[in-house]
Amino acid sequence: MIRSREIFTSDKIAKVILKSASFLVLLLAAGIIFSLLKGSIPAFREFGIFRFIFSSEWNPTEGKEVYGAFPFIFGTVVTSLLALIICFPLSFATSLFISEYFKKTKIAGILSTLVDLLAGIPSIVYGLWGFYTLRPLIVDLGLSEQGYGIFTSSLILAIMIIPYATSLSNEIISMVPNELKEAGYSLGATRLEVIFNVILPVSRSGLVAGYILALGRALGETMAVTMLIGNANLIPKGIFSPGNTMASVIANQFGEADGLKLSALIAIGLLLFVVTAIVNAAGKWIVRRYA
Amino acid sequence: MNLMKSDNRNTPDRSSWRDKKNKLFLGLVVTLSIVTVLPIFLILWKLVKEGISQINLDFFIKVAPDPLEAMTAVNNGEIIPGGIANGITGSLLMVLIASLIAIPVSILAGIFLYEHPNGWYARLIRNLTDILQGVPSIVLGLIAYIWIVISITKGFSGLAGSVALAIMMLPIVIRSTEETMKMIPVTLKEAAAALGVPYWRIILKVMIPTGFSGLMTGILLSISRILGETAPLMLTALGSTMINLNIYKPTSAVPLLIWEFYNNPNMVRLVWSSSLFLMGVVLVLNILAKRINSRFGNNQ
Amino acid sequence: METTNDLRVMTENKMHIEHPALSLRNLSVAYTKDKPAVKGVTADIKRHSITAIMGPSGCGKSTLLRAINRMHDLYPEIVMQGEIRLNGEDVFNMSTTTLRRKIGMVFQRPNPFPTMSVYANVLAGYQLNGFSLKRSEKDEIVEKSLMDVGLFDEVRDSLNKKGTFLSGGQQQRLCVARALALKPEVILADEPTSALDPLSTARIEDLFTELKKNYTIVLVTHNMAQAARISDNAMFMYLGELVEYDRTKTMFTNPKDPRTEGYLTGKFG
Ligand SMILES: Nc1ncnc2c1ncn2[C@@H]1O[C@H](COP(=O)(O)OP(=O)(O)OP(=O)(O)O)[C@@H](O)[C@H]1O
Ligand SMILES: [Mg+2]
Repeated sequence: MIRSREIFTSDKIAKVILKSASFLVLLLAAGIIFSLLKGSIPAFREFGIFRFIFSSEWNPTEGKEVYGAFPFIFGTVVTSLLALIICFPLSFATSLFISEYFKKTKIAGILSTLVDLLAGIPSIVYGLWGFYTLRPLIVDLGLSEQGYGIFTSSLILAIMIIPYATSLSNEIISMVPNELKEAGYSLGATRLEVIFNVILPVSRSGLVAGYILALGRALGETMAVTMLIGNANLIPKGIFSPGNTMASVIANQFGEADGLKLSALIAIGLLLFVVTAIVNAAGKWIVRRYA
Repeated sequence: MNLMKSDNRNTPDRSSWRDKKNKLFLGLVVTLSIVTVLPIFLILWKLVKEGISQINLDFFIKVAPDPLEAMTAVNNGEIIPGGIANGITGSLLMVLIASLIAIPVSILAGIFLYEHPNGWYARLIRNLTDILQGVPSIVLGLIAYIWIVISITKGFSGLAGSVALAIMMLPIVIRSTEETMKMIPVTLKEAAAALGVPYWRIILKVMIPTGFSGLMTGILLSISRILGETAPLMLTALGSTMINLNIYKPTSAVPLLIWEFYNNPNMVRLVWSSSLFLMGVVLVLNILAKRINSRFGNNQ
Repeated sequence: METTNDLRVMTENKMHIEHPALSLRNLSVAYTKDKPAVKGVTADIKRHSITAIMGPSGCGKSTLLRAINRMHDLYPEIVMQGEIRLNGEDVFNMSTTTLRRKIGMVFQRPNPFPTMSVYANVLAGYQLNGFSLKRSEKDEIVEKSLMDVGLFDEVRDSLNKKGTFLSGGQQQRLCVARALALKPEVILADEPTSALDPLSTARIEDLFTELKKNYTIVLVTHNMAQAARISDNAMFMYLGELVEYDRTKTMFTNPKDPRTEGYLTGKFG
């Protein structure tokens, strides 16, 4: 006979309360998906999901309303990927500084605190700084006339996502066993060779996961991008041309939106939600699986 | 390892080149690391330089000036009158409401996850929490708009802003609660159970007090995250020129004011002082959170 | 102590004990399905005595001990089968809270509540349960419990300091005092001295010998000398089974099972 768990009533109540709280997370997630879907339906019904995603037309004129999300999807993907490319050497070097070259020293601690600070700066402050400091620099360099555009946004995004890319890399790199590194050194390898032949192969999937999670951050950034990308509702012609992203078009166009336009913006929000959820899930999956 | 295959690896030429490469790379790492943190100093410097002159008592107790006043002041070369009191009160109000909504639920849900390290349901909740944490804040603005602005307050409102911020806090506090609880030795819980203490009292009287500083750290960090949020508030709280404490009405917030100042050429100088203030508060919260956390570490 | 009369060997490893404080019948505990860590243990535990549980690491001593105050109920995946009676009453019919107030527990590592003072730690059983006491009652309980564990004089001046500031040995005695404060009938102790230095260990041993006048003590120990020194009866467990249960003296001088003999003579364990 299995001895029954006669659970004291108050214990039961406590467990029910805890479980309900956790259930709220489930409800919340379900509610978000449901509301985004429901809000998107008018736009999807009007244009069709496929056309909505792949059309480049964006015309809010009454009577001739057409909304296509492609320029924004394109702009989001391009700015985020470019940001990732710019971020990589910086954050990788920083991780090596903190977790390998100067591991556990005071200076590494300071650097790590400073990098954490980067994550604490509000998006709108990045936007301001980008607008008043970076943008004139781009103009001075003759890269673009106004200084707005994909590249400027990516540059600021790159700085913004560095802390997210670095924190996981730090963890992974500092977890590489000392014996492994020592094996490399004992064969006469230099530090550089140990980094590329021992540390990198072992920590590769963890680093990849870190950059994927950082990409997830970049995809959804709004304010800084809105202030720097130029908000042109078209496919950018080059990396110094203005464009728009999914997040920034929502922020920009929301003020005067109702009806079909609102539905189109919600639909863009849904797409953004799905994309970031997939990217984040992929990153987390790799972390759990390999790192 | 490829260096083992090299025939001439012992010639002085070859090893000095390897040596040089090694040193060059270290130089590169140090340089890039400096470049990485350089923006912090540049940003802080810019904020202080441009913003400090506007920070005075009025800045904290007066509401934002109207554009005309600001223009006159700018034309006369005076400092712009008024301040950000409507933003400060709005931010405080919305953070308070968001905390009231998010913190109790998050702590309970975090304890649930701690109590259930395995099992499909807990794993699902954990994954959903991760997904929630990754949802762009602008999307949460849309959600709060649909849920609150359209359906409940029938108009832009501080409540809608608070809900958007609460959803942002939730996953952060849940995960930090779970991590904090994991750090409490399990024998402490068992010691209380062995004294015949019912489960809910163990949670309230042992687990939460013991992990208090860890929980506080998570809460402070989540508050410092939401304090600077602008995008979701643009879709929900909208902003207000007056101090407003009615959560059913449009409400201002410091980042919303920054956005307004930024868009108005006459008030640009206020942008910097407001940002400096916001940055200062966020910094203090971060430092406080770290302090408390390191004390928690020493306690164990 | 006069123990000879009421001890009668029933079978090879089960002692007959009149009016036992605890009786276990066919008790099994499994962490994972089909792999019980304790298998069908049947034994009576003598009132106001020290019963030692010995055996090699992983044989199920802690698991058995923690079944007695239903500590396993904290972990829903653990399955318990069989019967445990405290003074003849089925513990599975009691609420865990009532049961655990009657059965105190001392852990392997001292675990005073880090947020509480020495004073509050002694009273933790009352405070955490929400029993309100008058100041005078509190003082009395604290003083008596600390006296009982011989700690009162040492901490008289630091009652308001955090319990975690005491030495390891003092902390462990504080934990015993915390258990005693609730006036339990049984004390379960799982290797209570394994984290302590020899002097603190000796103090705890003396304390237990003193306490057994009023309490029934079940003591898990790895230390054979300790079992020999302070226990009246002893169990020897192996791979989850209770291999031998007898008076300690008899077990040490004349073990009946070859496995017990092997363990006691240091052949394994
Ligand atoms: N929480 C648990 N989950 C799964 N298996 C466990 C758990 N705790 C113990 N076990 C297993 O149950 C068996 C008995 O463990 P138990 O802790 O009771 O042994 P023990 O005799 O107290 O050992 P020790 O002398 O090392 O403390 C062991 O095989 C152990 O691996
Ligand atoms: Mg044990």
